[in-house]
Amino acid sequence: MLALKKVLRTIFEHIEDWFDVVFGAKWNPLYQLGALGWFYYWIVVVSGLYLYIFFDTGVTQAYTSLEYLTHEQWYAGGIMRSLHRYASDALVVMMMVHLLREFAMDRFRSSRWFAWFTGVPMLWLVFTAGISGYWMVWDQLAQYIAITTGELLDSLPLFGESIARNFLSDAKLSGRFFTLMVFIHIALPLVLLFVMWIHIQRHASPRVNPPKELAIGTFSMLMVLSFVKPALSQAPADLAMIPATINIDWFYMPVYPVLNHVPGLTVWIVLIAATAFLMLLPWMPPGKKIPVAVVNLDNCNGCSRCAADCPFSAITMEPRSDGSAYEKEAVVVADNCTSCGICVGSCPTATPFRTKSELSPGIELPLDPIKALRDNTIAASENLSGNDRVIVYGCQNSLDPKALTDANVGVVTMPCIAMLPPSFIDFVLSRKLADGVFLTGCRDGDCTFRLGIKWTDARIAGERDPMLRKRVDQNRVVKYWAGLTRRKKFFSEISGFRERLNKLALEKTEQSDVKENSENNNA
Amino acid sequence: MPEIRYIIGQIVAFTFFAVGIGYFSNSPSYTYHDPSLALIMVSFSHGSERKEKCRRFTPEEIAELAPNMRRPMDCSRERVPVFIEVTMDGVILLSKSYTPTGLSKDGSTSIYESIAIEPGKHDLVTKLRDSSREDGFDYETTVSIDLKPRELFVIDFRKDLGGFYFK
Repeated sequence: MLALKKVLRTIFEHIEDWFDVVFGAKWNPLYQLGALGWFYYWIVVVSGLYLYIFFDTGVTQAYTSLEYLTHEQWYAGGIMRSLHRYASDALVVMMMVHLLREFAMDRFRSSRWFAWFTGVPMLWLVFTAGISGYWMVWDQLAQYIAITTGELLDSLPLFGESIARNFLSDAKLSGRFFTLMVFIHIALPLVLLFVMWIHIQRHASPRVNPPKELAIGTFSMLMVLSFVKPALSQAPADLAMIPATINIDWFYMPVYPVLNHVPGLTVWIVLIAATAFLMLLPWMPPGKKIPVAVVNLDNCNGCSRCAADCPFSAITMEPRSDGSAYEKEAVVVADNCTSCGICVGSCPTATPFRTKSELSPGIELPLDPIKALRDNTIAASENLSGNDRVIVYGCQNSLDPKALTDANVGVVTMPCIAMLPPSFIDFVLSRKLADGVFLTGCRDGDCTFRLGIKWTDARIAGERDPMLRKRVDQNRVVKYWAGLTRRKKFFSEISGFRERLNKLALEKTEQSDVKENSENNNA
Repeated sequence: MPEIRYIIGQIVAFTFFAVGIGYFSNSPSYTYHDPSLALIMVSFSHGSERKEKCRRFTPEEIAELAPNMRRPMDCSRERVPVFIEVTMDGVILLSKSYTPTGLSKDGSTSIYESIAIEPGKHDLVTKLRDSSREDGFDYETTVSIDLKPRELFVIDFRKDLGGFYFK
């Protein structure tokens, strides 16, 4: 399993590198799979509502009402029908890639089991809703689906009478059947929406909307596709004739052809076993449970920055329990905490400048205390020499920068780069522990802990508390979000940074020489 | 203003995505049934005879039963399997025994079989046994059919209509 995940992750990272070139990190759809899924869902809902207005639930009227929409009203109903189909197909693609990617990135175990566990049932809901939609068209494909689904249901030892038998002659089929299908086709997406809402409950600031430009791009694609290749019905269903060659939607019906060759009960067993396997995957084996963040009430002033920055809604603000004058205190919800340390990076008391008291912030990770981060920083700087001394702060989920450690570079790593309070950068530069600070971590737009890169960027840019102090020379701070694959660029960024630091040192020397000369001349 | 190369990149990438979606949404086609053949479906649900004949309780046996459980007949629940044989132009297409549904095998027997055949004129003989007899059949019907390619011919059975009937 580990090897499979590693291979998949490497494949994803390389594809994402290409996508970063094509789309830019902000628009990279592989970083927006969940949000794109939501976007396609809403397209399906809106287009479906329009189709529902015109859909007729009669045995022959079902087909003719859709033919009317497709041909007589092609400019509205036809486009809506095509959007409905293609957005549904795109939804399946997004959902499956999203599932595979979360697996590859190992973002489904330990405290992150919840989103995975609630996501798996969505597969059944999406596929069933989609198949019921094709059924409503009542063309040759619908007839094939009806017969095959009936046979599949008949293979379960639950029904006394055969269901498939209802589709062997027109005599047994009535408009009520289409009313039932409409009900199923509307009810299932509503249930799906509810499960989608549950799915993101443990995520703070969940991404349910893709960036505007990406949304415009993907919607334009669906519109163009709808014009170029409108969704059409096949020949009308005729229960006196057996469907022979059918154009099936492979996104929704990959299992159907299998049913022609494998007993239905076997298919049920495989599908149910696969679903159970997927749902239990977070515990096979369970993720390593790292000690979660701990609140130190003596140093917590209830500012709520940690609660605002936690990507997994693992911190709540509760009334003070220690009799302090502060109104609130941070409380860690242990089940939700991923031990990323982003809360520590947001804590105003996590400053390395503190000398009068023990460096113990309001919240911190038991295994990675902020004091150790300061000690490691000082230790990493001790053997550095020259004018291009760099402290590299890196996260433990991207490429390991420790290989860089040499006479000019000291490396300090942590679970997530957003665990680093910006005051550490000020500390390194103002105490002259190094000439520059280099921050690295997961690739831009795809932090292992969701929001680490976003918050770090905002803190350094002075847009989010705790901000980097204005006195810090931004020429001496560089960020490069390398991920696992951008090793070459990472090394070239480091050496480029060191060259710039040498230049800065040279300029500084020249300026002081000029100043000294002018003072001598004045004297 | 977004970089022009990203816009071009989107157009190229989404074109590939659209081609993929457009193609696999209804291609490649799948052959569910050979279009040159017709199809016979044998499909019905039928309750066969009880495995054991009902026996009249003696007055003593009735007296031994709880007052609310007293009844004149003692009937076993289990039904016999339904055996069906379909012959076309003297060739056996189907010859199979079907077990009744239910944990006690006391439900009706459901039969659902499909047999692809060459289209054209054929003589079909359908036979069914739903009793405890060991040889022979309880129902037998002969029918001449003339099927076109893909045409569906359904063999149904209803005891109240006299046995086999065809659609």
